[in-house]
Amino acid sequence: MSAPTGILASYEYLDSTVDAITGLRKAGFEVKAYAPYPDHHIEHALGYDQSPVRVWTLVGGLTGTATALAFTVWTSVDWPIVVGGKPIVSIPPYVIIMFELTVLFGALATIIGLFILSRLPNLKPAVIYDPEFTAGRYGVYVEADGTRLDEARRILNDEEPIELREGQVAHV
Amino acid sequence: MANGGTGTATATAPETATERGALTHPDLHRLDDVNRDVLKMLGRPGKGWWALFGLAATGVGVFLTAWLLIQVPFGIGVSGLNSPVGWGVYITTFVFWVGIAHSGTLISAILFLFRAPWRQSIYRAAEAMTVFAVMTAGLFPLIHVGRLWHAYWLIPYPNSRFLWPNFKSPLIWDVFAITTYFTVSATFFFLGTIPDIAAARDRATGLRKKFYTVISLGWQGTDSQWHHFGKAYIYLAALATPLVLSVHSVVSWDFAMSIVPGWHTTIFAPYFVAGAIYSGIAMVITLIVPMRKIFGLEAYLTTKHFDAMAKLMLLTSLIVLYAYLCEFFLAWYSGEEVERTAFWNRLFGNYWWATWIMLTCNGFVPVMLWFKRVRHSIPALFVISFFVNIGMWFERYVIVVTSLHHEYEPFAWGMYRPSVVEMCILVGSFCWFGFWFLLFTRLLPPIAIQELKEVMPPPMRKKATTQGADS
Repeated sequence: MSAPTGILASYEYLDSTVDAITGLRKAGFEVKAYAPYPDHHIEHALGYDQSPVRVWTLVGGLTGTATALAFTVWTSVDWPIVVGGKPIVSIPPYVIIMFELTVLFGALATIIGLFILSRLPNLKPAVIYDPEFTAGRYGVYVEADGTRLDEARRILNDEEPIELREGQVAHV
Repeated sequence: MANGGTGTATATAPETATERGALTHPDLHRLDDVNRDVLKMLGRPGKGWWALFGLAATGVGVFLTAWLLIQVPFGIGVSGLNSPVGWGVYITTFVFWVGIAHSGTLISAILFLFRAPWRQSIYRAAEAMTVFAVMTAGLFPLIHVGRLWHAYWLIPYPNSRFLWPNFKSPLIWDVFAITTYFTVSATFFFLGTIPDIAAARDRATGLRKKFYTVISLGWQGTDSQWHHFGKAYIYLAALATPLVLSVHSVVSWDFAMSIVPGWHTTIFAPYFVAGAIYSGIAMVITLIVPMRKIFGLEAYLTTKHFDAMAKLMLLTSLIVLYAYLCEFFLAWYSGEEVERTAFWNRLFGNYWWATWIMLTCNGFVPVMLWFKRVRHSIPALFVISFFVNIGMWFERYVIVVTSLHHEYEPFAWGMYRPSVVEMCILVGSFCWFGFWFLLFTRLLPPIAIQELKEVMPPPMRKKATTQGADS
C-alpha cells in the first residue's frame, strides 16, 4: 500500500467550503476544515456534537470545591484556633475558599482539556498549510490514495478552489 | 494580498454588514481587511508611542526605586502610616486597581454571554487592562505589608510546625480571590488571543515570526480546534462571570467584616462591585481614546461603542450615588451616635475635601451623560472618564482613611498625611500599568481579529439564494 496523498483546497467562499465538505463526507472521506473564525455552518457540515471540554470543566470545578472543603476543614482541625466559644470548623467562611477554588480548578481544567482535545501546543511546522487561513480563506483537507484520490480531487475542484495543493503524507 | 487569488468582486454588501454586527465602516468588506487594519498596529511604532513609553518607563523606575530601594531597606516608617491610620494610600490604590480590573472581565465575559454586539472591538483591550490592573493591584498588599520577604506566609504551604493560615480571616479570602482572579483572567485573555497571534504569525517575518510561532502554540484554525475552542471559551466566560462579581465583594469584606464605623455595613459588596465596574469603564475610555487616535481605529471604535460604554457608566454611577445616599441616610436613621459622627465627619470633618471630590466626580459630573450630545462626543467622554477615575480613587481614600482616623475613642483619633514615598509609588503604579499596556498594543493584536470576523457577513458565492437562509 502506497502512502496516501494529502490534498488541501483553499476557498474564497463559505458556501463552496460547506458544499465541498458535504460532498466529500457523502463520498466517505475523512475531512479536515480550516477557517479564519469559528463558523457554525462548517461545524454543522462536519456533524459536530457537544465538545467533551464541558466534562473537563465540570470535573475540574467539582475537584476544586472538594479540595477547598477538605483542606480548610483539615487545617482547622490540624491546628485549631480557639476563639471564645466559636466553632473550630466554621463552614460559611470556607464557602468563599470553596468558590474560589471551584473557579480556579474549573478554569485550569478547561484549558488543559482544550489543549489535549485540540492537540495544542503543536510546534511542528505543518506540511501542507495556507497562511491565508488566518486571514480570509477557508480550507478543506483530505487524504486519499489510488482511485479515491481522483474522486476527492474532482469533488474539491467542483467548488472552484483558489488553490489546490498536494503532498505526500509524512505522518503516521 | 488575497485579491490576487481570484480577482472576483467582494461578496459583501455594506447593508448586510450593518444588519449582522456592529461594523458599519465602508472600508471593511472582506475578512482579511480586518487583518490588514489590526496587524498594521504591530508595525513600527510612531513618535507618540515612544513618548508615552519613555514616560511610562521612567515612572516604573521611580516606582521601583521608591519601593525596593527606599521603603524596603528603611522600613514602612518612610510612609505616613501610623496608629490609628494603619491603612492609607497603599490599600486605597490596591482597591482602586482591583476595581479597574473588573470592567475588563465584565466586557469580555458577561457581555459575551449576553451577546452584546458592541463588545467585539473593545474587549481585547479591556481584557488586557484587566490583567495588567490585577498585576498592579497584586503588588500593593506586598508593598503595604512592608516585610516583603515574608509574603509567602499567606500561602498555605506545608511547613515544619504545621501552621496554616486562618481561613476565617477576610485577608486570606482576599489572597485566594486575587490570585484566582489573576490566573483566570490571564488564562482567559491568552486563550482568546491564540487565534489572533496565529494570524500575526502568518504575516510576520524574522524574529517576530519565531516569537509568534511559539506563543501561538501552533494554532492553525482547524475545525476541531475551533470547535473545542468555542466551547472552552463559553465555559471560561461562565466561570469568570461569578468570579468578577465575587472578587470585589471579597475585597469589600476586608472592610465590612470589621466593626469600624463607616465600614461595618452589608451594602458594601454590591456597592463595591458597582463602583468597580464604574471606574473600570472609565479607565477603558481613558485608554481607548488615545489608542483609537494613535492607530487610526475610527472604523472599529465608533460613537456607537462609546455611547454604549457611556450608558453603562451612567447606570453604574447611579448605583454608586444611591449607595452613598443610603450610607448617609442609614447613619442618620440608625440613631447610632458613632455611626452618625463618622458620616458627619466625612462630610464636614478634617477630610471634607476628599469626600466632596468623591461626590462631585462620581455623583454630579456623570449627570452630563444623560445628554446624547455628550455621549456622542469623544473628547467630552475622555474628560468625564478622568473625573471618574479621580473620583473613584478618592472614594476608596475616603472609605479607608476617614473611617480609621476617627474611630470610637477620642484619644485614639489622629491624622494621616501620605509621604513622598507613598505618592511616588501611587504615581508609579499608573506608569507600571501603562508600561505593560503600551507593550501589549505593540506585541499582541489589540483588537480581536477573529471575533470581528464572526460578526461580518461570510463571503458567499451564491449570494441571492443563501442570504435569506442564513442564521
